[in-house]
Amino acid sequence: MISQLRTLWIVLKHTFSRADTVQYPEQRPKLYPRYRGRIVLTRDPDGEERCVACNLCAAVCPVDCIALQKTEDVDGRWYPEFFRINFSRCILCGLCEEACPTYAIQLTPDFELCEYDRRNLVYEKEHLLIQGTGKYPGYSFYRVAGKAIAGKDKGQAENEAPPIDVHSLLP
Amino acid sequence: MPDKIVGNDFGPPKAGPKDGLQGGSPHKIVGNGFGPPKAGLHIEIDGKSHPVKAGENLLQAILSLGLDLPYFCWHPAMGSVGACRQCGVIQFKDANDAQGRVVMACMTPVAEGMRISLQGPDAKAFRAGILELLMTNHPHDCPVCEEGGECHLQDMTVMTGHTVRQYRGLKRTHRNQDLGPFINHEMNRCIACYRCVRYYQDYCGGDDLQVFASHNHVYFGRQEDGVLENEFSGNLVEVCPTGVFTDKTFSRHYSRKWDLQTAPSVCVHCGIGCNTSPGERYGSLRRIVNRYHGEINGYFLCDRGRFGYGFVNGPARLYQARSAETGPLDVSTAENRLRAMLEDAKGIVGIGSPRASLEANFALRERVGAERFHAGIGDAEHGCLRTLLDLVRNLPLHLVSLREAERADAVLILGEDPTQTAPRLALALRQAVRNRALAIADELGIPHWQDAAVREAAQAEKSPLFIASPAPTRLDDIAARTCRASPRTIARLGFAVAHGICPEAPAVMGLTPEHEALAAEIAQALTSAERPLIVAGTGCLSEDVLRAVGQIAAALAAARPGRATAVHFAVPECNSLGLALMDAQSLAHAAHTIESGEADTLLILENDLYRRADRTTVDALLTRARQVIVIDHTLHATAERAHLVLPAASFAETEGTLVSSEGRAQRFFAAMQPAGDSRDGWRWLGPWPCLDDLTRALADSLPVFQQITACAPGAAFRIAGQKIPRQPHRYSGRTAMLADIRIHEPKQPEDTDSALAFSMEGAANDHPPALNPFVWAPGWNSNQAVGKFQDEAGGHLSGGDPGIRLIGDGAGTGLPWSVPPETEASIADALRLVPLHHIFGSDETSMHSSAVAERAPHPYVALNPEDAARLGLAEGEEVELAPDVWLPVKCLPGLAAGIAGVPAGLPDLPVPVTAWQSWKPNKPGDETS
Amino acid sequence: MTVGSPAVVIGILLSTVIVAAWLIWVERRMIGIWQDRLGPNRVGPLGLGQVVADMVKIFFKEDWIPPFADKPVFVIAPAIVMVTMLLGFVVVPFAPGVGVIDFNFGLLYFFALSSLAVYSQVLAGYASNNKYSLLGSLRAAAQSISYEVFMGLAAMGVVMLAGSFNLREIVEAQKDGWYVLPQFAGFLAFLVAAVAECHRAPFDLPEAEQEITGGFHTEYSGMKFGMFFVGEYLGITLNSAILVTLFFGGWLGPAFLPPLAWFILKTLVFILFFILLRAALARPRYDQFMSFGWKVMLPLTLANIVVTGAVGLSVP
Repeated sequence: MISQLRTLWIVLKHTFSRADTVQYPEQRPKLYPRYRGRIVLTRDPDGEERCVACNLCAAVCPVDCIALQKTEDVDGRWYPEFFRINFSRCILCGLCEEACPTYAIQLTPDFELCEYDRRNLVYEKEHLLIQGTGKYPGYSFYRVAGKAIAGKDKGQAENEAPPIDVHSLLP
Repeated sequence: MPDKIVGNDFGPPKAGPKDGLQGGSPHKIVGNGFGPPKAGLHIEIDGKSHPVKAGENLLQAILSLGLDLPYFCWHPAMGSVGACRQCGVIQFKDANDAQGRVVMACMTPVAEGMRISLQGPDAKAFRAGILELLMTNHPHDCPVCEEGGECHLQDMTVMTGHTVRQYRGLKRTHRNQDLGPFINHEMNRCIACYRCVRYYQDYCGGDDLQVFASHNHVYFGRQEDGVLENEFSGNLVEVCPTGVFTDKTFSRHYSRKWDLQTAPSVCVHCGIGCNTSPGERYGSLRRIVNRYHGEINGYFLCDRGRFGYGFVNGPARLYQARSAETGPLDVSTAENRLRAMLEDAKGIVGIGSPRASLEANFALRERVGAERFHAGIGDAEHGCLRTLLDLVRNLPLHLVSLREAERADAVLILGEDPTQTAPRLALALRQAVRNRALAIADELGIPHWQDAAVREAAQAEKSPLFIASPAPTRLDDIAARTCRASPRTIARLGFAVAHGICPEAPAVMGLTPEHEALAAEIAQALTSAERPLIVAGTGCLSEDVLRAVGQIAAALAAARPGRATAVHFAVPECNSLGLALMDAQSLAHAAHTIESGEADTLLILENDLYRRADRTTVDALLTRARQVIVIDHTLHATAERAHLVLPAASFAETEGTLVSSEGRAQRFFAAMQPAGDSRDGWRWLGPWPCLDDLTRALADSLPVFQQITACAPGAAFRIAGQKIPRQPHRYSGRTAMLADIRIHEPKQPEDTDSALAFSMEGAANDHPPALNPFVWAPGWNSNQAVGKFQDEAGGHLSGGDPGIRLIGDGAGTGLPWSVPPETEASIADALRLVPLHHIFGSDETSMHSSAVAERAPHPYVALNPEDAARLGLAEGEEVELAPDVWLPVKCLPGLAAGIAGVPAGLPDLPVPVTAWQSWKPNKPGDETS
Repeated sequence: MTVGSPAVVIGILLSTVIVAAWLIWVERRMIGIWQDRLGPNRVGPLGLGQVVADMVKIFFKEDWIPPFADKPVFVIAPAIVMVTMLLGFVVVPFAPGVGVIDFNFGLLYFFALSSLAVYSQVLAGYASNNKYSLLGSLRAAAQSISYEVFMGLAAMGVVMLAGSFNLREIVEAQKDGWYVLPQFAGFLAFLVAAVAECHRAPFDLPEAEQEITGGFHTEYSGMKFGMFFVGEYLGITLNSAILVTLFFGGWLGPAFLPPLAWFILKTLVFILFFILLRAALARPRYDQFMSFGWKVMLPLTLANIVVTGAVGLSVP
């Protein structure tokens, strides 16, 4: 009973405290780079698409708003044939970014995603893909992966020994 | 002739519905080994006593109990070699031992009162350590690996708890090889468990996949780039615990396992009836994987079945109805046109199909009437199937399942090359010859799962396998004796074998001494065997051969009273036997009915008549018929000549029942919605509201099919009120996949024909085996999760292997002895044509898959080199097979003399070898005969 | 100005409805302030136009009746709460000469109407044909029965002191001192019961969103929901007014303000207190709530009557 009265008193005291509300849009809030807003697909330092269409973002998405299809180019790189995010479903939870093994999918501080027509909230790869590396400069998945692609043969990735000569029995 | 048959060599006679499920009845899961205690022992695992089966190894026992223990090199079908060291557990000396020692579970036989620990800290640390070592060189590849998400290595890594890589040194790398159109190779990922070569060499008898180099440099591949030749190479995808071997056709339109919508299905590329699990994504069929069936395919499929799915979305697929005059039609116009044409008809001739379901054929039969229903297969094949059924019904024959075939200890193959016509059967026969090795192991007290020891003890000893065929077969390498002869001679050899077994059977006059001796040897081997098996089929289109098999079976039954003879007849297509059981009329009868003017309309269901009879006959038939209607999923020569073509659903889009060559009726289910305007074949044909009604009507009107309604639970079946989802619970992209077309998400399509739902929601477990679309268990994302669905490791499915056997249970009472045929008269300068089957090429639908087509042979005429020399023909020289059909000569050493082999069923070969014809080769410049 | 003159009656009717509607804004602003937010501040000055916007919205919303509902009952239910609450204001003595009717059994009349209001919730829940609605209406019925018992008893102390059921006479009787002092226990009990009668947090169990989605009004939308909504604020206003009348001397107050102003001011304080309760307190479990009513409040009010009676008899 006393605690209830104390609660009432504490809440009443807030009559005289300042409101924390930021008067958007007159006042713009300060958003940090890790703010979870509109999703983009980034490129690796060589300017190639980072996304390898592994489907982990789609799998982790709690509202299933990501759909993509893997394809492969002549170099052996995997990339998405299409990559679609339905922002009318997206809850900007950021799980896709956490799941992404290549830092391809990133959330940006742009949260102003309003449209009069819901169809305009369906973003295809051409709408998602940006030119830069986003928050993680310098990272390139294929430099650490074992798969050979054009310009990076077997044994040329980080921490890789040259390919084995299978005709040799030497240690 | 024998007395009453009380059993066969493989256990008590099977009562029909015993191993099936009653539709609608609540499903009972026996559990993962927690069911009835097995005869045998008890062992103590982490302080709890568990019943186990004597003679097993610890790993088998632990997995059969439903417990989790990581492993790599062990495989239920291949036994243990103790190579990977992953399945370490602690074994205690006695009740007082608290320390224990780490042993390999896969190499340790169970013993009464044994005390072991799976969860002991030492055991866990040991396993985590081993896994870390296995992972040192594993690349950082999972996102770009086709195995990711269904990878045994991923599962085991999580299971052992190895989460952080401590190794900072250089990783060894390997160059990959091009292994042909089916398999991708990525050797960096290899953990050297040796499963691939053990499977490829020891299990399949392949010799072009080897191990190279040494220590941690070992390399699994071919000597040089090139196609993996074995017909079962596709199973490497599932056998390899990680992503070294992956499905190349799947990679082209890749989807993760969790994104595939699947359904329990049955392979449609031969008569064996292997269970498959086709996977769909974004409206197209993406791949086929094995669906375990304890009696049929077990863990393995053939490459035709695994890679032959391309026709479902292939370039020749029909998506729209079309009329010969006006081109594409919409659905309602097509319906009206069909109705008008059928009303206008002066009599309809229905031609069914051995590649359509029983239900679709029955719907056609109901539409046109039983006497106007025709089988739609070549007349020679029709005759063979009639003979075959006659034998099965009247003789004490037991049609063996593949698991039973694997246990046969003497096998005679007459006139068939099972690798090409019923591939999975050939793989089973390859295991059957190992029974001698297992017997030797038994004598020495070596358990069967001690793979290396059994092989070491047996060396090259094999159970006898005799092959009599017109051409060399892919099983010749394991055969005790082979015999190359014309089908007639093969039949005569068979009759001689029968006479050798039972002197009452009429003797064969005029055999060559070699054949006499061979017949005596075969008779001796079959009589002395515990579980003899005879394999034949419609492969060489010879009724004589089939009658010879009947004679041998009757002789064996007479020599071994009370026991039915084990037989397997390979049939060419997925429902050949089912269609034969419907007692349809022959194609010649259809031609006669049209010719005589009794009927003027042809209603052809899923059939290309140009594959069934020669071009002139079919041309005449199609020209004579006033109206030709074709219902099919693929555009073929017959459909191109039809006045109305209606698009039918392929096997991946419809439900139905197929009868396998074992006589087993099996239900397959749609993995996806019919593409385009296509719909189930039977939906075009009648007013059937749902499949169950049609199946019920079929069961009621044809007594042989009485039990088929029990093949699988019906559409009303529910688990706790819920349907079974076709999609895994982590199916992704639901709200985005169609958002580009329409922002409003469509309702999930309803399925009125089965208890499966096109959804990720529904009953998560306790699926009856016949309705289980895919295997998954917590912690087991790869297909090896199937262990959680078996009554014991490598055993039968919990709840019973699906399907109901309709015929061939050894109930026949006997036929009078047949009279052996005479030697055929030789024709001067002429050869007899025999069809030569090809696993890649002879099947109609699989040839629409580019990967399979790539492996198919080019048309040829095969001649024995001596015949070729006699006729003055050189390799590669063109000869005229039929008017204006010129084919190159291929010299085939080992082909029986006096015959010419023509590949069966190749799409660009317009002359099907429909009967046992004689042929005089014409060279260019010769006068056309 | 006389009690019951048409101008007064219409004035009271309009002002009560308008005040009740504006309370929506007051509540949202006050809760905002107490939670360090701003509350609605965009529509019109200080966001005062918010109510107009809400009303426009609610009037133009589709008047939807679920196909499984009991249609006539479903329509009548929200009207009942509006009507009974408005009729309750008939006996409220706003100020000398301001009121609708001067009625000898004014207090009993208030209790009667207050009990009738629960039919609205019971019928709404029943007619909705929805399990949450039914649960909500069951809760509403049980809550009303339990808390009305001691609500009536709590006011009996005042009646004994004033010797009348006429609310004007009760106010007049407080010339020498508000009854909140001699009847403090009665005041507390009445306050608690009033909160429960209005289904206000923390006693909003019949519509507890987190448990039963919306209780009896789950299926309601548009103006029918609006009537429940306004009915609730009318209830707050009415109960505050009765509290002021019974325990805080009604319109009585120092002469620098007119009596009506005193009455409105005091009522406003209680309305704000109701809002503060909602801003601050958590909802009890249903069993705690029921046992609090029967095991704490009922004995307290009974003791209050006994003590009041004993004191009244011993001190003539």
